[in-house]
Amino acid sequence: MTVDLPALEQTAGPAAAPARWQRYARPALGLLLPVVLALGWELVVFLGYSNGRLVPPPSKVFATIAELAKSGELSRHILATLWRVGAGFALGVVAGTILGAISGYWGLARRLLDPTVQALRAIPSLAWVPLFVLWLGIFETSKIVLIAVGVFFPIYLGVMGAILSVDRKIVEVGRVFRLSGPAMIRRILLPAVLPAYVVSLRVGLGLGWMFVVAAELIGASEGLGYLLLDGQQLGKPAQILAAIVIFAILGKLTDWLIELAAAPLLRWQDAFGARGGA
Amino acid sequence: MLALKEVGKTYPNGVHALERFSAEIQPGEIIAIIGGSGCGKSTLLRAIAGLDRASTGSVSLDNVVITSPHAKIGIIFQEPRLLPWLSVADNIDFGLADLPADVRREKVAAALARVGLADKADAWPRELSGGQAQRVAIARALVPQPEVLLLDEPFSALDAFTRRDLQDHLLDLWADTRPTLILVTHDVDEAVVLADRVLVMRPRPGRLFQEITINLARPRDRKSELFDTFKRRVLTALDRSLDRAVRDPADKSSAGEAMWW
Repeated sequence: MTVDLPALEQTAGPAAAPARWQRYARPALGLLLPVVLALGWELVVFLGYSNGRLVPPPSKVFATIAELAKSGELSRHILATLWRVGAGFALGVVAGTILGAISGYWGLARRLLDPTVQALRAIPSLAWVPLFVLWLGIFETSKIVLIAVGVFFPIYLGVMGAILSVDRKIVEVGRVFRLSGPAMIRRILLPAVLPAYVVSLRVGLGLGWMFVVAAELIGASEGLGYLLLDGQQLGKPAQILAAIVIFAILGKLTDWLIELAAAPLLRWQDAFGARGGA
Repeated sequence: MLALKEVGKTYPNGVHALERFSAEIQPGEIIAIIGGSGCGKSTLLRAIAGLDRASTGSVSLDNVVITSPHAKIGIIFQEPRLLPWLSVADNIDFGLADLPADVRREKVAAALARVGLADKADAWPRELSGGQAQRVAIARALVPQPEVLLLDEPFSALDAFTRRDLQDHLLDLWADTRPTLILVTHDVDEAVVLADRVLVMRPRPGRLFQEITINLARPRDRKSELFDTFKRRVLTALDRSLDRAVRDPADKSSAGEAMWW
C-alpha cells in the first residue's frame, strides 16, 4: 500500500514551485535507505569483513534470480504461485462480496449470518490448515481454499461496513427521484461503497499473498513458497532472499494494478490523498 | 392545488410531532412555514414530499393522495446533498430519468446557465463553494419542472450575503415557471421576503398557530418600513406561539420599535 504524506505536510512543504524533479525526488527518497543498506552490505562482503554466507550480498541474490530465470525455473514457480493467489483471491472476493452485500443490505441476514462469520474470523486462519489438508488433500484445492479463506474476511467486513455506512441523506435523494430498487443499487449504493470496497480488495490481496506462503510451506513441489522451503532445507539463503524479493515485487505490482484500475472510478473523492490537479 | 387535510404524525417512539394540520395551497403560491424547534415543520414537509407517511389525515396534489415521492413534487434539503461521484452536470441530470439523452443534455446546460454555473459543468461537487453547491441542488430540483417545490431550511447553512443572493435568485427562478413553493425556515427575514403567506406553527405537538398574509409587491425592499411591519407581525406571532410574554401589539407602533432588536 502506498503511504501518502499527511495533509499538513503537503500544504506546508516548499511546494510553492513544484519543480519537475520533485515529482521523482519524493519516491526516490524512499529508495535511499534500502539502497544504501544494500550497497553497504555489498561493500562489507566485498572487502572481506564478512563471508556473506548466511546473509548473501545483493549481487549474489540477483545472480540467483538470474540463474533461476535462465533455467526457466523461475517462471514456473512464479506462475504456480500467481495462479494460486489469483484463484484463491477470486474465490474469496466473490464469496466475501456476495455475503457482505447480503449482510449489509438485509438486517435479518446480518443478525443470522454475521455472528457466525465473526466467530469464524476469530480463528487464526492457519489453524484450518490441517483440516483442509485432511478434507481436500495436499494438492492445489486445499491451498486455494486456504487463500480464499484469508481473502474472504476483509472483503466481507469491508463490503458490509461500507453498505451500512452509506449516508441516509444520499439514499433519500434517490428516493425523491423515485429510483427503483436496482437503480438505487446501481446509481447510489455501488458508487457510495466503491472507495471502501477498493480498500478491502487491497487488504484482501495482501492477505492472499500472506496465505500463499503458508499454503506453499505445507507441501508443494513448485511455487515461490517452495523456493523458500527448499532454500532453507538445502542451506541456500540466497534463494530464500531471491524468493522474498520476488514476493515483494509481485505483491507491490498486483496491489498497484488494483489501485490503477480503481483510480478512474475514484477521481471524485474528497480526501487527504487526492491531489489538486488529478 | 395542494391540499393538506388534518395531517398528523406520531413517530414510532411516541413523539407526537404534528397534529391536525390543514391548509390549502394554490398553484404558484409561495408559503413559508416558520416556528420554533420541534414544531413539526420538517415533519410536515417530509409528509408532503412523500418521504414519511402521515399517521393521520392526508396530503393530496390535484386530488391525488401523496404516499410516496411524486414526480411533480421536488425537494431541496438544508444540505445540497449532491452525489459526490457525479460531476455537477451529471448531478443535475440525475433528476431527468426517462428523457432521451440529447434532450437531457440541453436541459442540463440550460439549467446550469440559469443558475449561473455554466462553467462548472464538469467540476466535482467537492470543488464548489457552499452557495454554488446549493445552487446546483436548486437546479437539480427544478430541472424536472415540478409543480410543487419544497425547501427545508435551504439557505440556513450559508452566510448572510450568500443567503440573500440565493433568496433573490430563487424568486427569479420561481418566476420562470411559477411552481408552488413551500419553504420551511426559521429566518423571519427569509419568510417575509419570499412568501405570500407565512404559516406560524407552535410546538409540542406541532400545530398551525397563525397565518399571516404578506401582501407586499415583489421585488420587496428589505429596508422598507412596510417590510419591517410585516416582520414585526411575524415575530409577534412567533413569540406568542412560544408563549413568550408579548407587549400589547397596540403600543409597538407608538413607542418602542427598537425594543425588538
